This record gives sequence, structure tokens and C-alpha cells, in this order.
Amino acid sequence: MLQAIADIVRLNGAEKHFGAVRALNGVDFHVGAGECVGLVGHNGAGKSTLMHMVAGTLRPDGGQIAVRGNEEAVYSVARALELGIRCVFQELSLCPNLSVAENTRINHPSLTGFGWRRKAADLIRAKLDEIFPDHGISADDIAGDLSIGRRQMVEVARAFTLTREPLHLVILDEPTSSLDAHTAGQLLSFVRRFVEAGGSCILISHVLGEVLQNADRIVVMRDGKVVAADAASAFDRDKLVAAMGGAEGHQKTAAETRKVAAGALRVRARPARQQDEKELVARAGEIIGLAGLAGHGQTDLLLAIFSAAARAKAGLEVTAPVALVAGDRQSDGIFAQWSIAQNIGIRSLARLRKGLLISPQREAELAEFWKNKIGIRTPDMNNNIYSLSGGNQQKALFARALGSDAEIVLMDDPMRGVDIGTKLEVYDLVREEAAKGRTFLWYTTETEELDNCDHVYVFKNGRIVANLGRDELTEEKIIQSSFGDAA
Amino acid sequence: MTAIAPGTLPKSSPRGNAARARLLRGLLPALSLALVLIAIAWLNPRAISYFGFNLMLNLAIPIALATIAQMFVIAGNELDLSIGTFVGFVGCVTATWLRDAPLLGIAVLLGSIGAYALLGALIHLRNLPSIVVTLGMSFVWQGLAILILPKPGGKAPDWLLAIMSFKPPYVPFPIMAALIIAAVVHFGLMRTSYGVILRGSGGNAAALRRAGWSLLKTKIVLFALTGLFGVLSGMALIGITTSADANIGNGYTLLSIAGVILGGGEFVGGRVSPIGAVIGALTLALAASPLLTFMHIPPDWQVAANGAILIIVLAARVLISRRER
Repeated sequence: MLQAIADIVRLNGAEKHFGAVRALNGVDFHVGAGECVGLVGHNGAGKSTLMHMVAGTLRPDGGQIAVRGNEEAVYSVARALELGIRCVFQELSLCPNLSVAENTRINHPSLTGFGWRRKAADLIRAKLDEIFPDHGISADDIAGDLSIGRRQMVEVARAFTLTREPLHLVILDEPTSSLDAHTAGQLLSFVRRFVEAGGSCILISHVLGEVLQNADRIVVMRDGKVVAADAASAFDRDKLVAAMGGAEGHQKTAAETRKVAAGALRVRARPARQQDEKELVARAGEIIGLAGLAGHGQTDLLLAIFSAAARAKAGLEVTAPVALVAGDRQSDGIFAQWSIAQNIGIRSLARLRKGLLISPQREAELAEFWKNKIGIRTPDMNNNIYSLSGGNQQKALFARALGSDAEIVLMDDPMRGVDIGTKLEVYDLVREEAAKGRTFLWYTTETEELDNCDHVYVFKNGRIVANLGRDELTEEKIIQSSFGDAA
Repeated sequence: MTAIAPGTLPKSSPRGNAARARLLRGLLPALSLALVLIAIAWLNPRAISYFGFNLMLNLAIPIALATIAQMFVIAGNELDLSIGTFVGFVGCVTATWLRDAPLLGIAVLLGSIGAYALLGALIHLRNLPSIVVTLGMSFVWQGLAILILPKPGGKAPDWLLAIMSFKPPYVPFPIMAALIIAAVVHFGLMRTSYGVILRGSGGNAAALRRAGWSLLKTKIVLFALTGLFGVLSGMALIGITTSADANIGNGYTLLSIAGVILGGGEFVGGRVSPIGAVIGALTLALAASPLLTFMHIPPDWQVAANGAILIIVLAARVLISRRER
């Protein structure tokens, strides 16, 4: 096949160490022209490190990198951009203080001189229109004002804008993690069009279905190595999960039906914009799902419930202490300067106190307990929280909520960008805690996660439009309610 | 999948609110300036005249320039605690060497801008906290100033005196100068394509690095601009006071920070506003001395008055943000 010759990028024996940790252990990897390569693996398997290397943001400790057949001795971000290789990173990398057009300018050194502002605005607007026809984003919007989903849309669209530099390969690291099913579909079909037109793409996603459907070839990584690589048609979901390792056996328990004894009332809430009598009711021991398109009022309701726990509010009834697991963990969840143990303990300070001071010993005990219980992979809980991979950071945030006295746990799409192994572990934990009487309110953009819920409320335009019991829950029903005209 | 009709998305989006809150916050500096002006006009209507503004806003030009200088470092998430003594140092150089040995004077002033650029490089390369570095530098500048001019004296160059006592028709000079400063810096930082990069370095440095920009360069440029406007501030100050004193600029450090914040800037995140900063400086200059004089409050209360204004405006800003959320 022609693709074998026309390599866009090829790495041979790439190695990278961070201290004692071997993030990459001799990886061979290549992407051909007009090919979409799916890259899957657990968090910490080395995917992001590998992609940083392709994008030029990390220098390999060993091995070679060649772009279009030429070996690159001094490879850097600037060189990668010159060669037409771009990356949409998993952590959002827009400047929140700049407008959408200004953020576009940052990726295009040639956008200067008189009228650059208009050129940048036209560029990003055209690309947004092309990828997400009903995006509703203006080029003058300040990035920090946009919802996380819209920010991701801008970031993806920006990577495909074209000025002086060529565009051959785009790396998409979890591009759909903050998008709802509708926009994610728009993006993936655009990626297919891009690849069919001769572009190349690396797609990293924890939603295995996306990878299976959209990639031509799939590369599976584990523990800093490539463990499997083959045409996408050679894989199915089970094979992928098996290759990634560690997640077998969990699958079935997820589908197991839970028997729910209706407990005491925990939350009764009506969204601010609700016009009819529909309201959200959650009882002790229940897992309640909040579904619908992203940004249709689910987060707002969770935040309203959260503040109602501290101060009574009309239309909201909350009868027990509340903890929130934030979705945007970088901005709303993590204390960046603090250790893992401190990040876990912050919600439970009252219990960790000894006299007037916080007892370091109790804090360490709490942290150690949750380290074992939830499986946070770190040599030392006193390390900075950023020493953890993304999935493990999210586990720490779960530990913060579950380790507290909260009887109601609000989850604001906390699983975005988390690998499937971690997800399954957390699902188990959520069910276990629910069985002990805790109540979970769980907003998620991933339909599969709703299988864990006893009840699902579908949101549209800030209102509850449907209340689906466990047995009537299907993807079609949810899509129908989120797109339907029923008010 | 069902096609979604355009317009089914929520209309009054949170973005609309955010934009409105931003507009209100942007108007806040102008409102506070208007309030101070109204108070002055009410207490002493004669002050609102060509002559009155010349007198009241005399010292506002160096304050505005120092505030702009501070704004550049704040745009890069840093803080300059040495700007006050630096202005004093520049004042001493201006009142001595720049008059007696112009070439040496110019060389020293350019060299001091270079020193600022090097500070920026040092802070970036060694990853040092700018507060510590500039606090140290404030003693260096102060010491140098005392070495140059051990006791108050010296004299401003004649050309500088001529510039600063320029009387344009209709518009008082300080107001014209403020408009020019605000317009030039606004264009440079907010409208040019490299200005975007400078502000972006404060907003999300990692994103900039990934896009292939040099953060070393942005930091050097920001600090050099601070040095440049510090020099302009010191020269303007001496052009007004005609002679120098090593301690003449000491109050400018906190005044400049207050001006930036009053003008809508934030300490982190690259959110600054040149126009707001100039307005903030004018407000502080007006409120500190003329307003107090007209209210028959002794000048000892100047600093307290500045503090009160700052607290009131910041409280208003917080209220706006909270209500719109």
C-alpha cells in the first residue's frame, strides 16, 4: 500500500524518563499520509508523553524521530509547526483572557500587520462554521467566558485553521471529552472528511466506540510500550479492553441490576427555569443521572443544590451535607500547590482537627486509607497533586468527596478524559457507597455512564424534560428528549 | 440523529451575562473618576477650568506613566516593587547628568532600561519570584539615587521644563498627555498582534510555549517596557518639580499598583487595561490631594483616602461580578 511509503511521522525506539519513572520505553510509532490512527491505553500508559514528543513539546531521551522520511535531529514545537504537525492538547490551552480571534492569532505567527484581527476572526469563524455548523460562538467572545465544551470546540477548530504553515497531521488528545454527543459527532465526521482529503490524524480517546468507528488503524499502549497495533477492523471493544489490560471482569457488574429500597428524601429540586411541575427528587441510596446535551442547565442545578445545602433557597430542599466533584478539575477541583493528601483532606478539615490545628497524622491516615481504597498510584501521598496522571488526580477528587461526611455527592461530569480502567473502578465505588446509603447526583455527557443510574433526568434549555426510570433508559430515548420539541 | 434547529440553544446564555459584567466592570474606572470630578466641582466649581485642571492634574502625568509601567509587568503575572525608587533614580539622573552631560545621561537611562530587560530574563530563566527580585532592586535603585544626588537639588534640563509647561489651547496639557499615553499604549498592547502574545503570556503561558513562542522574549519585552515607562515617568516628574530628591518617587510603587487595579486590571491572568490604568492614575491623583484640600482634610490623610477609594471600587467590582453570575 502507498501509505507504507508516505510516512508523515515515524518514531523509532523513543524513550522518556521522568526521574525514576519510565514514561516511554522504546516505542516505535508511525502515522501515514491520509490515515487516522487511534491511540488507546490507560491513563499513564504513555500516550500523552508520546504525543508531546510528536508535537515537539518534549524531547526524547533516546530514539529517533523522522518527519516525511527526513530524520529530525533538533526537533521542537516551532519545527513541528513548520512541518505541518499540530496538536490539540488534552488540557485546554486557550488563553482565557483573550478573545477567540486573538487565541487563533497565537497559533499563526504570520497573522500580523494591518487587518490581522479581521483575518484571524474570519479564519476561525469559517472553520467553526465548517466543523460545528450551529456553534453559536462569536470570534469576539473572550475564551474565559465560554463553557468548557465551547472552549474545546474553539481549540479543535483552531488546530485546523490554515495560514502560511502547511497542515499534514493533527493530534487530537481527547477532543470530545467535553463535547456532547451531537457536537462530538460533528467533530468526528469532520475528522473523517479531513482524512479522506489526504490529511492525517491521531485520535486519542477513552470512548472506545469513537476510536473503533473513526480510526483506520489502532495502536494500544500499556506501561510505556506499544502492546498492539493493527487495522481498526481487527479490533472490537472487548479485544481493545483486553489489550489495554486491567479492566476485565468489571464489565458485568456494571450491568447488574441494583435493587433499591426507597430511602429518606435527600434532595428535592426544581431548576430555576422550570415552568411545569417537574422536579428532581433524590432519596438515600439512589444514583440519579442528569443527562441531555452539554450545557443545558445540569451544572447550574448541581451548583444550586450545592449552595442550597449551606443556605436555604426557595424551590430547593436539601436534607444532608453535600460534596461536589468538579468536572473542570484544573480550574474548579485541584489546589495546584498542595500535596495529594492535602487535596483529599480539605473537605474534612473539621474531622482532621486536633485542638485548633490540623493533625498531620489524621490527614495522612485519611489519605492513606483512600489511596488503598480507590487505588491512587503514587509512591507518596505527600507529593504534589500534579505528580499524578489526569485519571489519578480525578480519583483524588473523588476521595475528597467520599472521604467527607457528605451524604449527597454531586458529580459534574467528573469522568471526562479519564481512562476506562479508572472509570470502572470509580463506578464500582459509587455503587458500593450508594448501597451504604449515600445519594449521588451524576451529570454526565457519556451515555454509557447512565447505565449506573437508578433514575435519569434529561435536561433541555435549563429545564427537566424527561424523567426516565432504569428500565426505560435507552440512548434513543435520551437523544429524543434532548432534541425533541417537548418543553 | 435529529437535526437541531438553530435557535433552540438557550438565548440568554451565561456568556451574555459575562459580557455585560465585563462592560460594567470596564466602565467602573470611568465612573469613579466622574464621581471624584463631580465631588470636586460641587465643592469648588472654579476648579473645573483650564487653569484648575492644569494645577490639579499636574502630578498625574508621572503617576499615569508609572502606572502604565507597572501594568506591563502585571500583564505578565509579575509585580514590580521597585518602580517607585526607580522613578526616583531616573529623576536624580535627569536632574544632574541629563542636564550637565547629556550623552552620559542618555546612556545611563538606556542602560537602566536594559537592566530592567535583564531582570525580566533573570526572573524567567531562574524562575524567581518577581516580588523578591524587584524588592531587592528597589534598594539598589534607591542607593544609586542617593549616590548621584546625596541631598535634594539638581535642575531639570530646559527642554524638559519647556515640554512639561507646554500650554496647548483649550485642552489642559495633563489631560492631553493622559489621552495620548492611553491611546498609544492601548494600541500597542491591545490591538497589535504582538500585544496579543504579550497578554497571552499572562493568560496561559503553557499554551504560548506550545504554540512555539518564546516566553523569555515576552518577559524581557514586558520588563523593558516597564523600564521605558519608568524612565518617562521619572523625567516627567522632574520636568514638573524642576529639581530632584532621591526619595521623590518612593510613593509611586503602591500608587502604580493601585492605579492598575483601580483601572480594572487583575494581578494574575494577563487581564489589564491601559485606558483603565490611566484613568485609575488620574482618579488617585485627583482624590489624593485636590479633593482633600477642598474638603478641608489635612494632607496626612492622603494615603487613607487612596485606600478608601480602592476599597470602594474593588467592592463595587466584586458586587458586579457576583450579581451577574
